[in-house]
Amino acid sequence: MRKLFAPLLVLTAVMFAYAPVVIANTRYESTMFLVQKIFYFHFASWMAWAAAIGVCGIASAVYLFRADPRGDRLAVAGAELAILFGAFGLVTGSLWGRKAWGVWWQWDARLTMALMAELIFVGYLLVRKYGGPGAEKLAAGMGIFGAATTPFIYKSVDWWRTIHPQTSVVRNLGETAPDMYGAMLFCTVAFLLLFASLLTVRVHLESRRAELDRLYLALEDQP
Amino acid sequence: MTRGLCVAIVFLFLAGAPVLAGQQPATEGFVPASELPPDQQLPAAPFLIGAYAFIWLALVFYLWTIWRRLGKVEQEMRALDERQRSHAR
Amino acid sequence: MSFATTAFLVLKKDFTIEVKSGEILYTTLFFAVSCVLIFAIAFVREGQPVEGAGAGILWIAVLFAGNLALGRTFERERYGETVRALLLTPAPRAAIYVGKLLGIVALLVAAECLLVPMVAFLFDAPLFARPLLLAAILGLGTVGFASVGTLFAAMLVRSRTRDVMLPILLYPITVPVIIAGVLGTSALLQSPADEPVALLWIWLLVSFDVVFVTLALWTFEPLMTE
Repeated sequence: MRKLFAPLLVLTAVMFAYAPVVIANTRYESTMFLVQKIFYFHFASWMAWAAAIGVCGIASAVYLFRADPRGDRLAVAGAELAILFGAFGLVTGSLWGRKAWGVWWQWDARLTMALMAELIFVGYLLVRKYGGPGAEKLAAGMGIFGAATTPFIYKSVDWWRTIHPQTSVVRNLGETAPDMYGAMLFCTVAFLLLFASLLTVRVHLESRRAELDRLYLALEDQP
Repeated sequence: MTRGLCVAIVFLFLAGAPVLAGQQPATEGFVPASELPPDQQLPAAPFLIGAYAFIWLALVFYLWTIWRRLGKVEQEMRALDERQRSHAR
Repeated sequence: MSFATTAFLVLKKDFTIEVKSGEILYTTLFFAVSCVLIFAIAFVREGQPVEGAGAGILWIAVLFAGNLALGRTFERERYGETVRALLLTPAPRAAIYVGKLLGIVALLVAAECLLVPMVAFLFDAPLFARPLLLAAILGLGTVGFASVGTLFAAMLVRSRTRDVMLPILLYPITVPVIIAGVLGTSALLQSPADEPVALLWIWLLVSFDVVFVTLALWTFEPLMTE
């Protein structure tokens, strides 16, 4: 992983540097024009968010059933990044909504549930911080349940009428506007790479902390 | 060694991000204005710039927190190392 | 001993203690009723209840009471140090979980039996217009809430900060259930009742229940292992 990290970082940086050009070169959407260009980073943020939650859920399960401390470290990193990318998605979505719908916030199914998912992972970090001994296991349980509710959030817009565009919009974009679809894919890949690099750094931090704890324990054991 | 590399990388990001953030409005600015209906042009831009600027600022802030936490852990490790060495003497 | 027998025995044990002392039932009921009265003060304007407040108040009262009941049930186990004894029995852990879950659900259903007429009476809500649909929404919502609640409350028995942690863990995760419950109930409270919408929410509650109960059964064993 360490060998791969430098090229990963360079690739991420290059893609992010080039992303504005890609976005600027796409055509304007016919009803929302300029503000629709938020879409590329908005959608990509939510994809990275989904990846972060997936990592958190799976790593939590691994930690719970295998008692592998690496799973725990990965799960914390995933939860923290889920909050970060969720904040990206919520804020960009709110700004977009202000222009496109005329309101900053709409209490519709998907927005509400996305906010709640954000809360779940903030709760996850709170449990880890203040849960006392054994909090890692509690947090792992929360991570699994949090990840289990995410598919409901994804499907929520298809199941009942809401103001948010349906998930089929993205699927059809490949036929209706290939350049938009290309830019969207480009940004999504860039965000997933960003997620991977941040995850690596965050897991590194957590393993250094574990190393520190181990050293402290070793020091105490000394006569 | 790894620590140095990490700090360097974080610095690279820290230094690179504001540059890119600075470019953001400029790139959006060069969009040919003729393609836009005049009444749409003004109100949409602040939201667009705001959205992209937020992402960059939040990212930089997050990297800063990681960098700080990592620095704290490394500092504590060095202190522990020194204590152990003085113990051994 | 089979799975069902174990679950039944755990339920019977809790039931017997509860019948003798009545502690959790009465405190929970009292708390739920006070909640509704506080909301009655907050949401009644000039002698008229705020329109559509009934569904939300009913659910908030159920949730708060549920939180209290969950905390108390496991607090009692902790005092008697009986959790360890329960877990040491050669019975399947999942059966112990199911027994506990059934006890909590029974307690909450008892609270709902009091709360529903009370909300209907105080807020002039037509809660009894579609009794079967309402019972389905309340029952499914209670099971969804209690399934996560029982798991986390059991886990928290060992934790020092359990009183704070239970709501922090529980409310965000059960919010989808709460949303479905509140919106389903308010669809029933409309005049005329919006049955297709209520059925949609019931269907969603069923899927949440299936996911939550499956996950809880799956994770109860590793979560309860020290």
